[in-house]
Amino acid sequence: MRPNVKQLFLRALALFMLSPLAFAAQAEAEGSSWLKGLNMTQGVTEVSRQIYDLHMLIFWVCVVIGVIVFAVMFYSMIVHRKSKGYKAANFHESTSVEIAWTVVPALILIVMAIPATSALINLYDTSEAELDIKVTGYQWKWQYEYLGEDVQFMSEIATPEAEIYNQEDKGEFYLAQVNNPLVIPVDTKVRFLITAKDVIHSWWMTDFGVKKDAIPGFINETWAKVEKTGVYRGYCTELCGQGHAFMPIVVNVVEKDEYAQWIADKKQAAAAMRELASKEFTMDELMERGEAVYNQSCASCHQANGEGIPGVFPAMKGGAITTGPVEGHLDIVVNGKGGTAMQAFGAQLSEVDLAAVITYERNAWGNNLGDVVQPVDVLTFKQGQ
Amino acid sequence: MAHGPSKGIGRWLFTTNHKDIGTMYLWFSFAMFLLGGFFAMVIRAELFQPGMQIIRPEFFNQMTTMHGLVMVFGAIMPAFVGLANWMIPLQIGAPDMALPRMNNLSFWILPFAFAILASTLFMEGGAPNFGWTFYAPLSTTYAPPSVNYFIFGVHIMGASSIMGSINIVATVLNMRAPGMTLMKMPLFVWTWLITAFLLIAVMPVLAGAVTMMLMDINFGTSFFDAAGGGDPVLFQHVFWFFGHPEVYIIILPAFGVISAIIPTFSRKPLFGYSSMVYATAAIAFLSFIVWAHHMFTVGMPLTGELYFMYATMLIAVPTGVKVFNWISTMFQGAMTFETPMLFSIAFVILFTIGGFTGLMLSIAPSDIQYHDTYFVVAHFHYVMVAGAVFSGTAAVYYWLPKWCGKMYNETMGKLQFWIAFIAFNITFFPQHFLGLAGMPRRYADYSLQFADWNMVSSIGAFVYGAAQLLFLYNVIHTIVAGKPVSEPKTWEGAEGLEWTVATPAPYHTFSTPPEVK
Ligand code: HEC
Ligand SMILES: [Cu+2]
Repeated sequence: MRPNVKQLFLRALALFMLSPLAFAAQAEAEGSSWLKGLNMTQGVTEVSRQIYDLHMLIFWVCVVIGVIVFAVMFYSMIVHRKSKGYKAANFHESTSVEIAWTVVPALILIVMAIPATSALINLYDTSEAELDIKVTGYQWKWQYEYLGEDVQFMSEIATPEAEIYNQEDKGEFYLAQVNNPLVIPVDTKVRFLITAKDVIHSWWMTDFGVKKDAIPGFINETWAKVEKTGVYRGYCTELCGQGHAFMPIVVNVVEKDEYAQWIADKKQAAAAMRELASKEFTMDELMERGEAVYNQSCASCHQANGEGIPGVFPAMKGGAITTGPVEGHLDIVVNGKGGTAMQAFGAQLSEVDLAAVITYERNAWGNNLGDVVQPVDVLTFKQGQ
Repeated sequence: MAHGPSKGIGRWLFTTNHKDIGTMYLWFSFAMFLLGGFFAMVIRAELFQPGMQIIRPEFFNQMTTMHGLVMVFGAIMPAFVGLANWMIPLQIGAPDMALPRMNNLSFWILPFAFAILASTLFMEGGAPNFGWTFYAPLSTTYAPPSVNYFIFGVHIMGASSIMGSINIVATVLNMRAPGMTLMKMPLFVWTWLITAFLLIAVMPVLAGAVTMMLMDINFGTSFFDAAGGGDPVLFQHVFWFFGHPEVYIIILPAFGVISAIIPTFSRKPLFGYSSMVYATAAIAFLSFIVWAHHMFTVGMPLTGELYFMYATMLIAVPTGVKVFNWISTMFQGAMTFETPMLFSIAFVILFTIGGFTGLMLSIAPSDIQYHDTYFVVAHFHYVMVAGAVFSGTAAVYYWLPKWCGKMYNETMGKLQFWIAFIAFNITFFPQHFLGLAGMPRRYADYSLQFADWNMVSSIGAFVYGAAQLLFLYNVIHTIVAGKPVSEPKTWEGAEGLEWTVATPAPYHTFSTPPEVK
């Protein structure tokens, strides 16, 4: 008999369709790493492992049902063909069969629901946390606040624009690196209080099994107790505007004593910064610092060339406010403008950075006002409100 | 009485004929399908490699938004309304739709809605950029000015859908031929009857949601603004109360199409007709009480989360019944594999895969990891594209000979099928991997570990896009130069009233009602 091309093709196709299952099975068996990136990872918390187990359980349930269903289907497609002279039967009803395939799946689902329920209960148990961290989403960065510790900082993407726009080679952690990672101690139950200042964001740490929406005006709770030190990377997962893909999350999980040292250093740095605010700076110092701050915090909207995006983000170059009285300029940068994407930077940047960026805006791109705004001016402005 | 169509453009502008209106809906939806597909090509081209190459992130967001809106509201929904217009009167033995003038209106406002929506691309600040789910406050306080046009467009589409649905309900309940009892109606009619009720129930909810947005944006209310006492999560509840039934609105008529085609080419009656009807009704009912499974990460209380998980898992039961019934219909049939059957079989396979991932997504703790990743994108393209679009394509090949009295070229049809089937899987299967590996959806750019599968997916997408041009070619070629057919019954195994009228179907059919035994 001449090999039937069509049938061969169909069989190859069937194999192709089932092949991912074979890969998955093999990956399960070997725990091999070349298949990393095909499946969810187990993560480093009890919750993330529970989720992983549930994921694999429901996956295999689907595989088994799928294999049975598709086997019957392919069997009929191959055997029950008119071209082979097969005559159609005429049955078209069977109440008992219908009942069977209603009840059996329902039972499977009930069995599935049990571990899912217990995992969910565990996931929701934020009690007895040893450390509270408030996470605030902004367009397009995160703010971390160690409650009760007087430590807070912004965490922004550290991948340079030049990599994004293909002028430079992309680094290993392209779009997954930040200037200030969150630091937490290992084996410690950390409670995250998650909120946002503008639109909805979502804080996702894959390896912790944590994803919670950051909603302006509301505070969500979740928790993680990480079992292994290391650097973990995550992303914002709720569409939040043009910078959605550019506000990654990096968490540095360290030994407990290392953490204690780190937080002490942070507190000291905060004190030093307050100190610095009383110093007098030169124009050049401010311009240099200001450019860095501008590119980090403002350029995503107002653009590095100061020209903004017409209709969306106003130009800084020759703008009414950036070339107008300094009070107005201080006001919009410190207090932002409610109901627009222009945030209140007063709480995000230090006095030194605020003074620098305002000075920069007033003297860059041909805005040659010649004014110098000192940190003390910012402080006076803030206190005068 | 029995006059033919009038001449010239007036025929199309003023027509009240269900076949003309059905044709216009189908062409309109295909045009929108190409437009939405073009947006998808832009998206996939940008995602071909990491880094921003072609467009800027703000335009990328406009593309994802417009792609979703145009595909859901412009391509898929009107396609099935077009099929309903053509086939429901033919399948129940009615001379036309019950409300023919309203039928004309419900079609002709659609091009305006989409012209308004498309025009936002050229406005200052750009087109809507907040995703087809338009969550507040990104879509209110932070939206570009064009959002007002978007709201207006959604209102018009909603009005069109509601009118179309009322028409279908009135037609099915009042215009059936003598002897055509409800439980004798073809499943396509049944699924559309139920879909029409869903539409009438949820389109006003959507209208409410966008009206609240309009108020928040222009009149100082704070429905969705916490600073004024509102709640952004309220928006999501209202949206998904519309949005979840909406996905069944899209898929139920597709079930109806498949339930017509599989028996025809298996030469065997549909297995479990009545259980199919009950399963459709059960899915429709469940669709109203599961909406918050799209919101497992918003911080619902534990009990709410558990309830929505259990209710969602339940949907697998009636959906499973449907798949089992289709397979039992094929079992011990005498099958042939013409193009409509190929698309229908692919539908069953791929929709089932989409159903499995849906079941996975219903498990709330796991959904914490899947939510808003490419896993979800893969899931809903398996049910929307391999579901709704494949079944719509199957329907066109299946009924095209009846519509225009010409037979399509089988080889070309099969060629399109195989290209579409393979390219579809190359596009969307790897997106499961991307999601599980941690790539969020709606990302204009991505980290390097996601590069390989994104490239594969983009290549698949370009081929899949090209396959649609082949579809267009096949349809036009059939109409212009297809082999004429005149047998009332095009397909050996076909059953139903539409196969008792002449081929091509005359302009007026069933002026005297047929007798159904
Ligand atoms: C998320 C986007 C975004 C970022 C980041 C941002 N701005 Fe703005 N900014 C805006 C928007 C939008 C406006 C316009 C507000 C309005 O409607 O008046 C604005 C207005 C301004 C104005 C007033 C311009 C005028 O002529 O009206 C100044 C000055 C300004 N921003 C400075 C800054 C500085 C300094 C930074 C960085 C520390 C910054 N902005 C970061 C979005 C942003
Ligand atoms: Cu975000």
